[in-house]
Amino acid sequence: MELYQRTVHELHDMLKRGETTSLAITESVLARISAVDDKVKAYITVTADAARAQAREADKRIKAGDASSPLAGIPVAIKDNMCTEGVKTTCASKILGNFVPPYDATVVEKLKQAGSVLCGKPNMDEFAMGSSTENSGYFITKNPWDLERIPGGSSGGSAAAVAAGECIGALGSDTGGSIRQPAACCGVVGLKPTYGRVSRYGLVAFASSLDQIGPITKDVTDSALLMNVISGHDERDSTSANIPSPDYVKALKKDVKGMRIGLPKEYFIDGMDPEVEKAVRDAVKTLEGLGAKIIDVSLPHTGYAIATYYILATSEASSNLARYDGVKYGFRAEGARDLLDMYMKSRSRGFGPEVKRRIMLGTYALSAGYYDAYYKKGQQVRTLIKRDFDEAFKTVDVIATPTAPTAAFKIGEKSADPLQMYLSDIFTISVNLAGIPGISLPCGFTKVNLPIGLQLLGRHFDEESILHAAYAYEQAVEWHKKRAIL
Amino acid sequence: MKYEAVIGLEVHAQLQTSTKIFCGCETRFGEDPNTRTCPVCIGMPGVLPVLNKKAVEYIVKTGLATHCTISSFSRFARKNYFYPDLPKGYQISQYELPLCEHGYVELVLDGTIKRVGITRIHLEEDAGKNLHQAESGASLVDLNRAGTPLMEIVSEPDIRTPEEASEYLKKLRSILRYIEVSDADMEKGNFRCDANVSIRPAGSKEFGTRSEIKNVNSFKFVQKAIEYEIRRQAQVLDEGGRVVQETRLFDSTKGVTFSMRSKEEAHDYRYFPEPDLVPVVIARDVVDGIKKTIPELPDAKRERFVKEYGLPEYDADMLTQSRAQASYYEDAARQSGQPKVVSNWMMGELMRLLNAEGKEIDNCPVTPGKLAGMVTMIGNGVISTKIAKTVFEEMYKTGKTAETVVQEQGLVQVSDTGAIEQIIDEVIRANPGQAAEYKSGKEKLFGFFVGQVMKASKGKANPDMVNQLLKKKLSE
Repeated sequence: MELYQRTVHELHDMLKRGETTSLAITESVLARISAVDDKVKAYITVTADAARAQAREADKRIKAGDASSPLAGIPVAIKDNMCTEGVKTTCASKILGNFVPPYDATVVEKLKQAGSVLCGKPNMDEFAMGSSTENSGYFITKNPWDLERIPGGSSGGSAAAVAAGECIGALGSDTGGSIRQPAACCGVVGLKPTYGRVSRYGLVAFASSLDQIGPITKDVTDSALLMNVISGHDERDSTSANIPSPDYVKALKKDVKGMRIGLPKEYFIDGMDPEVEKAVRDAVKTLEGLGAKIIDVSLPHTGYAIATYYILATSEASSNLARYDGVKYGFRAEGARDLLDMYMKSRSRGFGPEVKRRIMLGTYALSAGYYDAYYKKGQQVRTLIKRDFDEAFKTVDVIATPTAPTAAFKIGEKSADPLQMYLSDIFTISVNLAGIPGISLPCGFTKVNLPIGLQLLGRHFDEESILHAAYAYEQAVEWHKKRAIL
Repeated sequence: MKYEAVIGLEVHAQLQTSTKIFCGCETRFGEDPNTRTCPVCIGMPGVLPVLNKKAVEYIVKTGLATHCTISSFSRFARKNYFYPDLPKGYQISQYELPLCEHGYVELVLDGTIKRVGITRIHLEEDAGKNLHQAESGASLVDLNRAGTPLMEIVSEPDIRTPEEASEYLKKLRSILRYIEVSDADMEKGNFRCDANVSIRPAGSKEFGTRSEIKNVNSFKFVQKAIEYEIRRQAQVLDEGGRVVQETRLFDSTKGVTFSMRSKEEAHDYRYFPEPDLVPVVIARDVVDGIKKTIPELPDAKRERFVKEYGLPEYDADMLTQSRAQASYYEDAARQSGQPKVVSNWMMGELMRLLNAEGKEIDNCPVTPGKLAGMVTMIGNGVISTKIAKTVFEEMYKTGKTAETVVQEQGLVQVSDTGAIEQIIDEVIRANPGQAAEYKSGKEKLFGFFVGQVMKASKGKANPDMVNQLLKKKLSE
């Protein structure tokens, strides 16, 4: 097996035993990128030279006996909406096409401290707004399992890079499903932590009350390893929870005897892809076979989630994206007559159509006379959605659902119809509104060999339970061992 | 028609914290442009605000000093608008749930006390500064000031005259300086004022349409701007017109206000709760702790001065305008044991000389001890009040004690009966006609004789003794 095909924990063991070097792993990944990225188009920026330098540093550390960090020497890709000092951070937007941050996001700082090798910045939907990576201001990333199809989004580049072996692990960000849905589309593991578990400092904001950074990996163990590195309170993020983070690897147990798993009836709906439904129900049966207790639950306000999300997320976005005005950094249109003209030209040319659509939606929702009917109402419904989960978690420990209603769709299939596109996140959006953690992991393949994702949800700050259930399931099946052939 | 004005003031005062409100940058001014900045206050992508604890403490202190209710649960909000000096495209401010509400301050107007209500006090960040270069036509942005903590103090529309407005601002400034939360220096721009002005027929209870005068930058101009605005609105109404709701600016050289934007052009700021900050929850014991750090405030001090030193309201109000002045007063009053005389000297000569130089009382060359020494000399009859004026000026100029000045210049009051009698005799001899007239009943002439005696003694004769001896001699 090639080095690039391996997981973080496998490579860590090899590094510890001296069977390979970080440089060898890094070269393997870089060679893989050279070989396949023309087809997959996962990366906006590949930092080959810096990666090699970091790999040499990591090798020095390991040689000196410091192989304690499981991420030491491991090439990781960072979604292009997380600031990396000295490395272009574009958010896949023309408006930040030339933006080189003078600082690292907290998660990047933590990965560097852990000795990771940063191999590049994957593509995404512009400002993380989208479910297919088709909204990138630069190019569309392809699904490694079928190059005609989307890799999901908005962290499509990160998920595709992991699935294609163009990195060993990656970070994505999830505002309404942007880690879990692409992970499902690309047959990898994606975890959205509880809101407040991982610092958002340095994550370019889309919707501040929903955004959360999380790992995209080849298996559940890697997910836990990355969580151990990135979790924890950060003084620079007032919304990060000041509570200790556990050792997530300790949560990885095969035994789920007595665990209560809820099946929400609202998530198994008419018109969902029968192949997806079957795969998810089979997965639940497998968990039942491992000793879990399956209980029907109800999340009655699920039907309002998408409307609520598109009010709240766009409202916050309309404000968060106001700073891209051509004044201080980023793109400024030439030939403006006056200040207003400079703002209008820079923002009209700098933002893509979906970003503009959402800025307009959010601006409208916050306007005088509409605030109560939209934003305020949205906040109230958000509370109801959160209560649904609180209620359900009184009787179950984990909730199981499909991650997305279908497997990866064809490029262009939904891009003309934003509402159809928004429905791709129907099973993931409520989780962000409630602030709870969720993980997506492979639970089968369609007849045309497209991965299907199982989503497991947990209580606030209980990533351990979903990692536990996910690990137990993964150990009982072989899906995560399948690799896309390119 | 006779009108009554209704005035409400919004004051923005800069808090004197050492760092900015949401980042660790220093709040120092006069530095090179953009050298007191970081990714947070420049509004770079991905950065987040972290609230400065000291700023919250200062605003709570201000709320307590102005009798406000301190909210146990308060929230920040985003005020959205585009301007180059506003790097994030929104200002972090407070909207629905401010930190302090429902307070008041007291003003002394013509010896009576008036309360002006405080609607709310909230915390927010300042913007940067745009600089326009005439030569190149370029506009430049300096973000050193961006993120400086400001508090906005909104008054109730309780103010009725331009003078009251000015008194209100002075009282507010005095309180902020007492509790050491703001320099509150209008000239330096860290104490800025917007005035909401409307008029209504005298005796009416309804409010008229108001105009808002923005960013007036001195006490004098606030008063002038409001005076002008009241006249302008009265003229509009007298001519049968209607006052329109609008924002106006004050042109200090012409002394007029002019329209900046109408109500229709007003911004829709699209306020919503700031998702990057958690709500501010202040426990009761924290408020109590802050309460303990508040010194005796001007109103309490004023009342005490009236009671303890027997001063009139007016004197007490003037002397308590600043902590330094009040403590100077108390020091001199105690040392001399003559509180009213000290008050007269401070409010008269001392203030006149300090004001002439624009000096603060901290830098006064005459220390409280020296003033007390001089007052004692007057009390003991060593010098007369009249001579004391000359002595005081010399003390102020040189920093010497009254004793030294009196000795050096030979200004000791003549209290020697023989010497004074001799002068009186000479004066009576030189003015036999007037003496005769006085004796025949024209008692008004007594003043004339006093004047002559004082003149002959070069002002050094003890006036009380002159009075006594003159009466005796003239009736002989």
